[in-house]
Amino acid sequence: MQVAAEQRHSPRQAAATPPVLELRNVSISYFVRAGEMKVVPNISFKLGQGEALGLVGESGCGKSTVAFAVMQYLGTVGRITNGQVLFEGKDLAKLSTQELRAIRGRKISMVYQDPMSSLNPVIPIGRQLMEVPIIHFGQSEQEAQARALQMLREVNLPDPETMMTRYPHQLSGGQQQRVVIAMALMAEPSLLVMDEPTTGLDVTVEAAVLDLVARLREKHNTAIIFISHNLGTVVRICDRIGVMYAGELVEEGPIGEVFRNPRHPYTRGLLSCIPTLGADKNSRPLTAIPGQVPSILNRPKGCVFQPRCRFAVAELCSQDPLPTLDMSEHHHVKCVRANELPSHEKLPEGLEAVALGEAPVDAEAVLQIAHLRKTYHQATGMFGSAGYDVHAVDKIDLTANRGQTLAIVGESGCGKSTLAKVLTGIELGSEGMVTLAGQEISQTPVENREARIKRAIQMVFQNPDSTLNPSHSIGYVMERAIRKLRGLGAREARSEATGLLKTVNLPVEFASRMPRQLSGGQKQRVAIARALAGEPDLILADEPVSALDVSVQAAIINLLVEIQSKRGATLVFISHDLSVVRYLADYVAVMYLGQVMEFGRTEEVFAPPYHPYTEALLSAVPIADPDVQQRRIILEGAIPSPQNRPQGCPFATRCPRKVGEICDTTPPPMQTAAAGHRIACHIPMDELKKVDKVVVA
Amino acid sequence: MAMSDTAGSLSRTWARISLLRESPVGMVGAALVIFWILVAIFAPVISPYDPNSNDMDALLDPTPNAMHWLGTDMQGRDMLSRVVWGSRTVLTVAPVAVIVAYAIGSLLGLLAGYYRGWVDNLVNRISDIILSFPAIVLYIIVIMRFGPSALNVVLAVIFIATPQIMRIVRGMTLELREREYVAAAKMRGESTLYIMFVEILPNARGPLIVDACLRMGYTTIAIGVLGFLGLGLPPPTPDWGGSVKDNYALMSLYPHMALFPALAISSLVVGFSLLADGMREISMRD
Repeated sequence: MQVAAEQRHSPRQAAATPPVLELRNVSISYFVRAGEMKVVPNISFKLGQGEALGLVGESGCGKSTVAFAVMQYLGTVGRITNGQVLFEGKDLAKLSTQELRAIRGRKISMVYQDPMSSLNPVIPIGRQLMEVPIIHFGQSEQEAQARALQMLREVNLPDPETMMTRYPHQLSGGQQQRVVIAMALMAEPSLLVMDEPTTGLDVTVEAAVLDLVARLREKHNTAIIFISHNLGTVVRICDRIGVMYAGELVEEGPIGEVFRNPRHPYTRGLLSCIPTLGADKNSRPLTAIPGQVPSILNRPKGCVFQPRCRFAVAELCSQDPLPTLDMSEHHHVKCVRANELPSHEKLPEGLEAVALGEAPVDAEAVLQIAHLRKTYHQATGMFGSAGYDVHAVDKIDLTANRGQTLAIVGESGCGKSTLAKVLTGIELGSEGMVTLAGQEISQTPVENREARIKRAIQMVFQNPDSTLNPSHSIGYVMERAIRKLRGLGAREARSEATGLLKTVNLPVEFASRMPRQLSGGQKQRVAIARALAGEPDLILADEPVSALDVSVQAAIINLLVEIQSKRGATLVFISHDLSVVRYLADYVAVMYLGQVMEFGRTEEVFAPPYHPYTEALLSAVPIADPDVQQRRIILEGAIPSPQNRPQGCPFATRCPRKVGEICDTTPPPMQTAAAGHRIACHIPMDELKKVDKVVVA
Repeated sequence: MAMSDTAGSLSRTWARISLLRESPVGMVGAALVIFWILVAIFAPVISPYDPNSNDMDALLDPTPNAMHWLGTDMQGRDMLSRVVWGSRTVLTVAPVAVIVAYAIGSLLGLLAGYYRGWVDNLVNRISDIILSFPAIVLYIIVIMRFGPSALNVVLAVIFIATPQIMRIVRGMTLELREREYVAAAKMRGESTLYIMFVEILPNARGPLIVDACLRMGYTTIAIGVLGFLGLGLPPPTPDWGGSVKDNYALMSLYPHMALFPALAISSLVVGFSLLADGMREISMRD
């Protein structure tokens, strides 16, 4: 296993065969109203046959621009102003439109983030796939059909014959992305460009798609440019990694070398701001990168990362042009101080080091959820006479203790957002009880709740762009919340607002700013400050960091930890990201199709015995560390829709450890693994305990 | 703070409007509209004659001359004065009608979109009924029933524009009510009225301002058409549409009599349309 991983991450003999793709000093600009925007000032790299290069970096770093430049598809405003893009030795810029058309889709294919927009909604899947061989190889209908079927089999789609006749909307997101990948690989291109291909997918589906890509690459010897903001997915797919910052390739090298010995301060920053499954909030804070990516119009002279770099030395780093230092034959760093920097400290503690030892003493329960059920009636028939019930949340029991974090984990459709709606009173519970601060709240809509209860629970939302009203200034938002929740006068509210902005580390002047003048992370800070306005007992955070870049994510997570320890607030943290949950939570509930499959202390849930679903989730998390060994469990199929939920265990349709018929017919018993650690499964506890750890450092 | 926020939002709105300078199309539209507004305001100063006084001598030769720059109409009234005073008619009736239609339409749209359910059904079915008639037929029915007067023209325009505005506001409300800031407002215990008017409506303003500009144009046309059909303002009120009607019988002999009021109508309509285009352009930014 170790050997295999080593091979995977060692560079192939790139020098022996001519490169498939070479970018030589390429500059890319967008020409907009404000003038020329040099998005990518100068980039060079080579990609050998069958090699996979991961391009990573935060949003706005020019990753996608590079991808489009490779495709020669920069739209009306973009242009390559300098340098050459050589594909199999030919300069793509010199080719005619017709010659380019013969290359696109045939020799270079692209897979985008959103499969739905890559597929034509009114043409059956089969027809769309058949177009590729018909257009590029002049094959007959029959030949093309046979080829399409074969390709659908290769990407593991169930029942390929029927799949051919389906329309895109009849497929799940994961299936759609497989179809897009099948289409891209149909012509056996020598280069595949993938732009965030798994970003919109659930983690188990993502794992299956990544596995597929890795397998197909092996088989067809396709070179890949894999663009992602998620370092973990890059580790799974690529041999080499290129770290981009503000349009520049700041570090490039073999995966193993870059992760073990990152030399550029930005790479280091990226690596230390993502929580890995090994650490939690009690062991170390995450290190956020201060500041923001500079705007393209004010690019600093010399090193672009200089203003945010703690190693910067003004005279050295302002050299223009900045030299690129070679760490080894294949490892290049655009940092003048690369050789002088101290060696990068990996996490001091591996997975093993997080002791199960001293669990903090539980305080009293702030929130208690007992047998809560939320049923939606789906009306069918002309007058809604017929219909069926969908249990979005199905008889769940959970407790959140004062000053602790309860995380609710699960993939889309597991009912976590519905649960949030019931807790906040936007929706009412159908059965069961929710007790907050000693009062039943699941039957009272938010507008009828007592002022005391409204104050007691506040929420931080997912989408930074929708969380603040674009028409209201930050100061107005804050003061309104304080006055409304605490009944303070204007003057007191203003001074409180100032205090809260300081609490979330925002300058006081922000009170007069409008939301559109703020970055995503800043908006999320304001949202947190707003949630704190009523001094709540419970803060409900629904995916508060999932829309943010990793460096910002770290800062927000740190802020939540800080607020929790200072104010003793209880946090209910809803997330699909197990790494963040591992870091932040004291207790974890794993939900699937409206039910809690496993509940317990974080360290218990993340160690055997596991529920088979938890096990699969853990094996699917992309971990940004090539040295971590992760057992692969690939789940087939998609999450069933709640309306044809299985009779027995909800997970039975996808469970790799299914016992037998009992799983399909009888709901699983809730077994106790340890005090406070419950697993809902038919597999006997003794057998569950025999499982090895999924992730080993 | 509430005060200073209002002041702040005014200055921000002004800052957005001044972005219009970057849209040449919008600037042309604004120039045309402002031109007619100035004409309407200074009508008593600009117009050389009383718009209703007849110059019998001019009847011999009504074509434009040094005495009457735009000529005279069939009754010897000065064309320039009639066109100038006519702008007052259009520019009072149209804004009043559009503003009132917006007030009612926005309220109904907010209620329908926010509450959904039976409120939405009721409001929508009623507006469906109104919208199922061709607008011109409705205008004629309303005016025929209640008689031609400035007030009835205003009422007719309100009656027809309100359902259309309601639909736009309803659609935007349906979308905006799901925003997280609305949930946040509910969670801090804001009243429904506050949520509708302070959290939702201001964020619909971009498309609504564009629509209001266009609607001013439509209304100008509608007033012209009503005047032309003899359903506009009762004579002798100077009215562009009415002037076209009064004089079009002599179009082949004296084209200027119908041409100048028609040009006035179309230049104002074009002005509003271009202004709407400019507004759309700046609202597409960011």
